[in-house]
Amino acid sequence: MLRFIRRRVAQSVIVLLGVTLVVFTLIHLVPGDPVRVGLGIRFNEATYLALRHRAGLDKPLVMQYFSYLGHAVTGDLGVSFQTGQPVTQILFQRLPATLSLAVTGLIIGVLIAFPLGVLAAVRHDTWIDSGARVISQLGVSVPDFFIGILLILGLTGTAGSLPPSGYVSLTSDPVEWGRHVLLPALAVGLVAASILTRFIRTAVLEELGRDYVRTADAKGIPAATVLRRHVMRNAFVPVLTVVGVQLASLLGGVIVVEVLFAWPGLGLLTYQAVEERDYPVLQGTVLLIAAIFLVVNLLVDLLYAVIDPRISLR
Amino acid sequence: MSEPVFSVRDLRVSVRTRRGLASIVNGVDLTVDHGRTLAVVGESGSGKSMAMLAATGLTPSGVRVSGSARLLGTDLRTMRARQLRAFRGRHAGFVFQDPLSSLNPLMTVGRQIGEAYQLLQGRSRADARRRAVELLGQVGIPDAEQRVDSYPHQFSGGMRQRVMIAMALACEPELLIADEATTALDVTIEAQVINLVTELQAKLGTAVIWITHDLSVVAGMADDVAVMYGGRIVEHSPVDELFEHPAHPYTKALLGARPRIGDRSPLAAIPGSPPNPLRLPPGCAFYPRCPVRGDARCATELPPLAPVGHEHSARTFYADVADAVPGGSTS
Amino acid sequence: MTTPSAQFTEPVADPATAATGDAAGRPGAGSARDVARVLIRRPLALGGLLVICLMAVLALFGTQIAPDGENDVDVSQMLAGPSAKHWFGTDELGRDVLSRVIIAAHASLEVSVVSVGAALVAGVLLGLLAGYYGRFADSFIMRCMDVLFAFPVMLLAIAIVAVLGAGISSAMIAIAVVYTPIFARITRASVLSVREEVYVRAAVSIGVPDREIIGRHILPNVAGPIIVQTSLSLGFAILTEAALSFLGLGVQPPQPSWGAMLYDARGFVEQAWWMAVFPGLAIVLTVLSFNLVGDALRDVLDPRRRTQLEAAGRP
Repeated sequence: MLRFIRRRVAQSVIVLLGVTLVVFTLIHLVPGDPVRVGLGIRFNEATYLALRHRAGLDKPLVMQYFSYLGHAVTGDLGVSFQTGQPVTQILFQRLPATLSLAVTGLIIGVLIAFPLGVLAAVRHDTWIDSGARVISQLGVSVPDFFIGILLILGLTGTAGSLPPSGYVSLTSDPVEWGRHVLLPALAVGLVAASILTRFIRTAVLEELGRDYVRTADAKGIPAATVLRRHVMRNAFVPVLTVVGVQLASLLGGVIVVEVLFAWPGLGLLTYQAVEERDYPVLQGTVLLIAAIFLVVNLLVDLLYAVIDPRISLR
Repeated sequence: MSEPVFSVRDLRVSVRTRRGLASIVNGVDLTVDHGRTLAVVGESGSGKSMAMLAATGLTPSGVRVSGSARLLGTDLRTMRARQLRAFRGRHAGFVFQDPLSSLNPLMTVGRQIGEAYQLLQGRSRADARRRAVELLGQVGIPDAEQRVDSYPHQFSGGMRQRVMIAMALACEPELLIADEATTALDVTIEAQVINLVTELQAKLGTAVIWITHDLSVVAGMADDVAVMYGGRIVEHSPVDELFEHPAHPYTKALLGARPRIGDRSPLAAIPGSPPNPLRLPPGCAFYPRCPVRGDARCATELPPLAPVGHEHSARTFYADVADAVPGGSTS
Repeated sequence: MTTPSAQFTEPVADPATAATGDAAGRPGAGSARDVARVLIRRPLALGGLLVICLMAVLALFGTQIAPDGENDVDVSQMLAGPSAKHWFGTDELGRDVLSRVIIAAHASLEVSVVSVGAALVAGVLLGLLAGYYGRFADSFIMRCMDVLFAFPVMLLAIAIVAVLGAGISSAMIAIAVVYTPIFARITRASVLSVREEVYVRAAVSIGVPDREIIGRHILPNVAGPIIVQTSLSLGFAILTEAALSFLGLGVQPPQPSWGAMLYDARGFVEQAWWMAVFPGLAIVLTVLSFNLVGDALRDVLDPRRRTQLEAAGRP
């Protein structure tokens, strides 16, 4: 197992380096001079030169990359072309909002998908199963922001009492936070539920078809107990890992929902950075989100290896 | 003689597949008495496993079963699902072919062995564990106290099968059904496992149904043999009688097809292949491959299972043709 | 065992069993018939196919079919709800929403088809190189694909459009880049499974040129899973384009695409629900159709999925 861990971690490191390379290259793909473009109409020779220097753009290309890498490792991701604020600071200001949205959305997704998926697997080949599959097919085909729009139509303004946008942090006022997070989390969560239902159904169905379940049935164990003790316990790990991966992808996938609901997280930040041509900030968000995505995927894989006794006890 | 432990009447099993209705078991009757061993022998496709699974209610959904199957006098086929489970768990034990896939890989062996004991007989966890250790000892696994907390993949193939046997006998069932239990094992391990079952059977008085395709296994351990072909029993006889005076051409061909030490003549295989369950022939199922074809009715009429000797019956029209050539060469 | 994170990016069809062809690697003669048979038994998938055809027709002939032009303005009816004259209502400029939805099919489908087409070509090429030539080419190419996989889809797409400048071509390039890795992975897996087949090694040993081996033996086996993935990707590409256009980064006004119409509708959600709902429904319908068809195709091209019953038919 140790070999597996080593190999997997090494792979992640290489990929992470690749990611930094891509992120670094982004700023250089901009047609024209990125700083000039970033400053736009606020162009000012002195600011231009200062920002250019701060972004390291006056050094040769290869040196730039290593300098970028070196700074990134110490937490320095440059400064915003717009505000001059250190990018890292901005990122960590915005991170909690995205986290609270992604986690809430995931919880909603799991609460829906779990019973639905298990039921569909157990009542395999009945209308419950077909229904669950159609619903999850539908959910995967809908853009999350469209669900958001429908929710806004249905539950805000004259139709309802929930706010259509805005943010209150969890720590300052949980109730208000709850009111504000509900709609975006639902938009995100319903799509996540659709994806998760499919996986949970498949995982449970696979276990149900295994020989040891037949053995447990033959032994006389009551059906519900077989489901709980054998099937669910064995399906738990694959399901958990799917949930983990889903969380990772949500962190990057909430961008559009954040924009729709004006939820000030990393997603909205990314969008704003694009609009404002604030390339250092854009690089920062892309790097952070991709890195988190990578790390979560890695942790999920490692968790799988650790929990399965067939692998860990060898 | 008291009532048999297990008796099956006119069991039929079919499955609707994409290409039509497959008739896998076509009218099987058999009986097993207390403490006796019945071997059910046949090639793959003969319906032998399916028959036993169907009789005990372990077939997947979508499989159609008819007929009766009485365990200790109660018809399993008429019981409701929940009752059937409990009853079957208490009075029948199962050993399946592949112990690695038939055991839960993420649960210790001890918990699996003791599970039924604990749940069906209302015992405590500690009691169940003690019983598991006891059983592991009985099936010949050394260091039972330690090994009871091991996982299935930590045992060798033969040991795993012993674990399955331990699990099957946990509630001291009156009937043990072993479905190709030694097929995947080496010959020496196979012999050990068979001896183990025979010993335990003698000790506990359990009736055993041993499903196999291997006649040599049968010789050493069965009391009675039922030979199956095309979803039907084609010969039923006490074991010695079967080997000395086989009546059905198929049985003779099977006996002739076994390699014998010292015999250098080419292996006599049975030409052709088993019947297609989607399209069973109208008469005797073995007719297309039969080297004898001794009666005009063979092709069109299904021979009934008729007595040909003491407690010996065969499904053929010409059991008294003494010199049908074993080995399948056409004359 | 595929690692859990790979579940999301591993090929959706198992290429090892997708070979429906005979030993010479030619695609099974019955496969077209199998496709038809599966579609008939799955009315939803058949419906999906019809919807796709309908959308294709709209994409090609939308301007002729639509009652009004995409920018025709009916000044008397701005922000008017659905009515007999304007079935889907009008937008803030008085444009007929129904006509725009019909005409928008063109841009939405064009982006999807072009970008997935490019991703397919690039991905298959890279996958072939990686799988066939192995070792260094394989490691290098697949590491690059891993790097691309490390980005959430929307994030990478937005970043690419950000540097290239908003617009329909940037969107196409971005989506093509984002969807290339999955095609590469599927192709590579297929190639690896077939490369070791005896008939391929025989062909190599007698000196058949690489190009011919790839063309006659390997490509037919890759076809199945690629077709399945193409159907699914076409659907997801529409979603990605919609998201990009909704952010104002994709198709630019006044050209309509379904996503761009949602962008226009942003400010009027409360007053004119029809501006958002109808384009949205068009998206859902189309993507759903691609998904249903893709799933049905997967059943045909992934024969490993035999029914439990057929397996139980063996005692």
